[in-house]
Amino acid sequence: KSSVQTIGEEQIQNPYTELLVLKGHQDIVRFLVQIDDCRFASAGDDGIIFLWNAQTGEKLYELHGHTHKITAIAPFSSSDVTEEKTDLIITASADRTVIVWDCTSGRQVQKVSCFHSTVKCLTVLQRLNVWLSGGSDLCVWNRNLDLLCKTSHLTDAGISALVELPKNCVAAAVGKELIIFRLSASNNESEGWNILEVKRLVDHQDNISSLVSVNDLTFVTGSHIGELIVWDAIDWTKQASECNFWDSSVHPDVQPEIKLSQSPHETSVQHLTSDEECVFAAVGKGIYVYNLQMKRVIACQRTAHDSSVLHIEKLPNRQLISCSEDGSVRIWELREKQQLPAEPVPTGFFNMWGFGRANKQANQAAKKMQENTPVYFLELVGDLIGHSSAVQMFLYFGELGLATCSADHLIILWKDGERESSLRSLTLFKKLAQNGDLQLRL
Amino acid sequence: MISAPDVVAFTREEELEDDLYREPPLPEEYSVPLFPFAGQGANPWAKVAGSKFTRDFILISEFSEQVGPQPLLTIPDDAKVSGTFDLNYFSLRIMSVDYQASFVGHPPGSAYPKLNFVEDSKVVLGDSKEGAFAYVHHLTLYDLEARGFVRPFCMAYISADEHKIMQQFQELSTEFSKASECLKTGNRKAFANELEKKLKDLDYTRTVLHNETEQQKKANDKGYYTTQAIEKANELASVEKSIIEHQDLLRQIRSYPYRKLKDSEFHPYEPESALDRADVGSDQDPAASDPAEPGETHLYTHVPSYTPKLIKAKSAKCFDKKLKTLEELCDVYFFTQTLDQLHHIERTFRGDVCYLLTEQISRALLKQQSVTNFLFEDVSFLDEKPPEKQYRGCQGLGQDAIDEKCSEETLAPKVVISLGSYKSSVECVPIKMEQEMEDSEEPKLSESVMSEHQENLDYLDADIKGSISSGESIEVLGTEKSGSGLTKSESQASLPVMASPQAGRSKVGSRRTVSEDSIEVLSTCPSESLIPEDFKASYPSAINEEPYVDDDEGGLRFAPRANPGVHDGQDDVSKQESLVQVDAACCIGKESPNFLEPLPELGQKPCEEDGVVRIPPQPYHRPAEQGLRGGFPSHEALSGGLLPYELDSRYLSGSREVSKSSLDECSDSTSHISSAASTCSDRTPSPARPACAAGERHRKRAGQNALRFIRQYPFAHPAIYSLLSGRTLVVLGEDEAMVKKLVTALSIFVPNCGAYAKPVKHWVTSALHLVDFQKWKLIGLQRAVSPAGVNVLHALSRYSRYLSILDADSKTLRCPLYKGTVVARLADHRTQIKRGSTYYMHVQSILTQLCSKAFLFTFCHHLHLPISEREPEESVVNRRMNFLKLQLGLANEDVKIVQYLAELLKLHYIQEPGQGGNPLLRFDYVPSFLYKI
Repeated sequence: KSSVQTIGEEQIQNPYTELLVLKGHQDIVRFLVQIDDCRFASAGDDGIIFLWNAQTGEKLYELHGHTHKITAIAPFSSSDVTEEKTDLIITASADRTVIVWDCTSGRQVQKVSCFHSTVKCLTVLQRLNVWLSGGSDLCVWNRNLDLLCKTSHLTDAGISALVELPKNCVAAAVGKELIIFRLSASNNESEGWNILEVKRLVDHQDNISSLVSVNDLTFVTGSHIGELIVWDAIDWTKQASECNFWDSSVHPDVQPEIKLSQSPHETSVQHLTSDEECVFAAVGKGIYVYNLQMKRVIACQRTAHDSSVLHIEKLPNRQLISCSEDGSVRIWELREKQQLPAEPVPTGFFNMWGFGRANKQANQAAKKMQENTPVYFLELVGDLIGHSSAVQMFLYFGELGLATCSADHLIILWKDGERESSLRSLTLFKKLAQNGDLQLRL
Repeated sequence: MISAPDVVAFTREEELEDDLYREPPLPEEYSVPLFPFAGQGANPWAKVAGSKFTRDFILISEFSEQVGPQPLLTIPDDAKVSGTFDLNYFSLRIMSVDYQASFVGHPPGSAYPKLNFVEDSKVVLGDSKEGAFAYVHHLTLYDLEARGFVRPFCMAYISADEHKIMQQFQELSTEFSKASECLKTGNRKAFANELEKKLKDLDYTRTVLHNETEQQKKANDKGYYTTQAIEKANELASVEKSIIEHQDLLRQIRSYPYRKLKDSEFHPYEPESALDRADVGSDQDPAASDPAEPGETHLYTHVPSYTPKLIKAKSAKCFDKKLKTLEELCDVYFFTQTLDQLHHIERTFRGDVCYLLTEQISRALLKQQSVTNFLFEDVSFLDEKPPEKQYRGCQGLGQDAIDEKCSEETLAPKVVISLGSYKSSVECVPIKMEQEMEDSEEPKLSESVMSEHQENLDYLDADIKGSISSGESIEVLGTEKSGSGLTKSESQASLPVMASPQAGRSKVGSRRTVSEDSIEVLSTCPSESLIPEDFKASYPSAINEEPYVDDDEGGLRFAPRANPGVHDGQDDVSKQESLVQVDAACCIGKESPNFLEPLPELGQKPCEEDGVVRIPPQPYHRPAEQGLRGGFPSHEALSGGLLPYELDSRYLSGSREVSKSSLDECSDSTSHISSAASTCSDRTPSPARPACAAGERHRKRAGQNALRFIRQYPFAHPAIYSLLSGRTLVVLGEDEAMVKKLVTALSIFVPNCGAYAKPVKHWVTSALHLVDFQKWKLIGLQRAVSPAGVNVLHALSRYSRYLSILDADSKTLRCPLYKGTVVARLADHRTQIKRGSTYYMHVQSILTQLCSKAFLFTFCHHLHLPISEREPEESVVNRRMNFLKLQLGLANEDVKIVQYLAELLKLHYIQEPGQGGNPLLRFDYVPSFLYKI
């Protein structure tokens, strides 16, 4: 008995009718990062970085340099007016090095190996033209890989996530704590920077697993036990929180035994993404849509996949893509449901800030509120089955398609078959014209 | 009423067809009495009933200086083949027509014996008494011990069918030239070795003699020479002379390759399977495995240590000494190579001449369909050296400059005589010059060519009768001789080369009735002078004689065919043409004159008028026509008024069609299309090509299995649809043999994705993965009860959206629904076709039809791209669907088949030659259904 929704073989709305398998990696592929409109890089446990053409699936470069698995990757494109645009990518590895690569030439630009611990996250502050590496301490580097400043040793566990905030601030997730740092120009040196710890936020009960910036005013964190906190990005105060994703007891339509099977792992907030209105959270096997205005979960799919959802992304067209350890990628659409008074509302529970644990009363209050607000639900519009192992991440390329990477060492490029077909026709006729076959020979 | 085309020749298939489909024998009263002359296994359609041999064979004979003409060996080396045929008598006949005597010795004005590098002569002769017709290839090998240093040999291809010899003359000539070149290369090597040994002997003898003379001088103090001393001195002098002579001979034989190399046309013999034969040549000098001529001089010096012998002053040539065998003359390696080549020839030309010709034509046509032929054809098969004729046919389309270049590059083995040798052979055959003179005055009309030529022949007859001192009446009906050294105007005069077989044949017909006991030399072309150069040069004029090839008339040419309804039985190209016309008229506006994409790389010249585009049917070329017309003489008379091209294709398709409709009821509705397609593009399985002999067996078996499949499984249609639309079909079963049989059966429906092998995997035991579906479109999968087997099944259900699954054990099929019509025609379970190869051909014809549809669809610009900038995508899509449904007449799922094929065509065309290209997997989200028996 599986409560996972299935769609069957007829998927009219699924545009991906063609796929290309990109082979090259020899171990789990964990990261995909977009370089520009048609290129992306992939990296994983084999320590190799591949550059791919997203249109043709052509392997552009194979970058060797790391001896251990890659732990973080970030694109760093300089768009200075004076110099021409160069696309760089920064990679950090478990061998305690960070390498900067030139994507145009496929060569290693520079390598830093003075780290005391593995760098677990990388963030580029385009505005300041610096980049930050987070491990057991936080370092600030400029383009030329000069260490500008660093914090003292923070923790052995290291920084798990970094996000840029307004006013030259960054938020770093260190265990259960969220530390706000501020970068400031140092007085004695023209190019020097200082980094200062500004605030420690200790509202989470468990390790912070995901950290995402929504807009200039808000950012969101999620923890291992399913807490979701919305923060004000300016004054770092808690705006709203949600911590009952996993608590099915509040939903009368869900069988109680499911609750017993819940383990902390399955309530972990694996990944967060957002658009202007909503935060989308991958929690355990489910997907939840949290509306920032209404400050409540407006739609959810409790068991969207057979196992943990690892990555989630919102597409411009109200669609949502999720990938999971079960090896599948699913496409969802957020739809507005026609109000039917008699129908029980499956989306269930929402919680205003300040409310504690849900109780019967709150639930009923919620029901009352729903009567005058639109109800949403996530509709499965398609699934992509190709990987034989956990899909770690994916990258949405718009018209070009979708790249997914997996523990089965493969990257799959999913494409719109119709579009590809007409593109091929275009190429065909171009080539015909080129060969001169299009001219009539008299 | 039975009309002539209803009677169709069947080539006998050796393989026993399945008993299941064998019908009970007819009651005695209905059966047609056996052909009276036919023995067991005889071909009742053999032109000459009286032949004493059962099938074609190759005979090698020698004109031995000791015993006269004698047969050496036959290929195949089977006494049954030649039967009661008198090989000795025939050897005498064929050796006696080698009137091109090769002169070796002291020519006047030359101090030393001169080796003449005599070119081979090629003669066709018929012996009506024996019922034998032969292509005879004379060659001369060098032997130091032989009279005049030469040993005349000949290789003859002997057949009971004179048409076959005449029509395949060019091919036979090419192939035999290769064999001959191989023999001669080996012979030169052996001869040089022999000379070197002889030189060492002489040198040693000279040293001995010299020493003796010196000793005598010393011993002799009388101041005058004894007779003994004078004798010794004379002996020494003669040895010195002999050394100089032999050195000169050695120089000549060594210079041969260089002389040849000066000719740009010269292609030294290169063994095609040197690697395979390495074991044969292993006892040789290792360098011998690379016998390219330029290297030969090195080989000659590599003589293993040889102890010289003393030579008696007069090494008497006596008749009791044993002559070298052919093997010794040519060295073992080259001898075996030659035998291989001859076996190859024998296999190539096995079978009925109609069959060979059809085969050649379809190969030629298929080769030209460079855009689509990869889909269902084995392209590697096309790449292997094709008959020379076709090259010329394709290229000899009036573009002299291009032709010259192309043919020089592509024509296979060309051995061209140098001017010097040409002259010498002209001396031997004085007829030649006169004939050329005659020819050059020829008017250009074909009728008069015939009559003129007839006169020529008569003239030649007289001439040759005089020159040959044979007691019996040997009639040389045609002779041809020219060389590359000729100027172009001269070589153009050799046009009647092609006409001569026909003229000759008609003559034979009349003569044979008159003279019972006569050898008729039907056509003779001394030396390898039948070089392609001649044809190239002669082609433009030959083509100009035919009204249909002239480009200026292109617009008018097809006027009768503008109505697409009447193109009954035309070939593929004209079909395409008519479809393009339809298309041009309906879906593409006339305001876009340049819409058409001509067939790329086909060398065709589409001409366009009033928005109607026509593709002239250039692929049909003259040699093929001639062959065809010759092959079906009854239609010859018709060819005057009609375009031969049209006539021929109609003839062929007609006969094919009849044969098909008599066999295959399901093709009735579309017979004209399918037969048209099959005529020109369907590659009929050939018993001939050795490389594909196995392939042919495979095809036969596959066809047979496929027939059984469509009869046994009611859900054959959706299964075949899956394959044609690019959805991987997995055949699941426990029994490997059964699964493999099904896979073999279904493999004939699998389109190729590129120029590689078919995407078919016969047997897999491990779990399938996505990558496998990219690579393979038909997979045989083991069903196992082990835990691994569970994984296998799990993977199948996981990837079920990409798969159709045929369960061979429970006889179920899980795949999408099919409601089209194409597959119904392709696989009718009530079909009357009984033979595997016939069914294979039927399938090929329908697939070819699909290919042409896919081709049209792919290369119609406006079906894929908007006409104007502002045109919305939807209207393009509408136009596309309309085209598929209305113009191409595709129903429901058939559209998907053509779309898939079109996609493959696009990928194939776009793909850069260097890179393999990423294999991509296309799929649809369509529901599957479970079919049960």
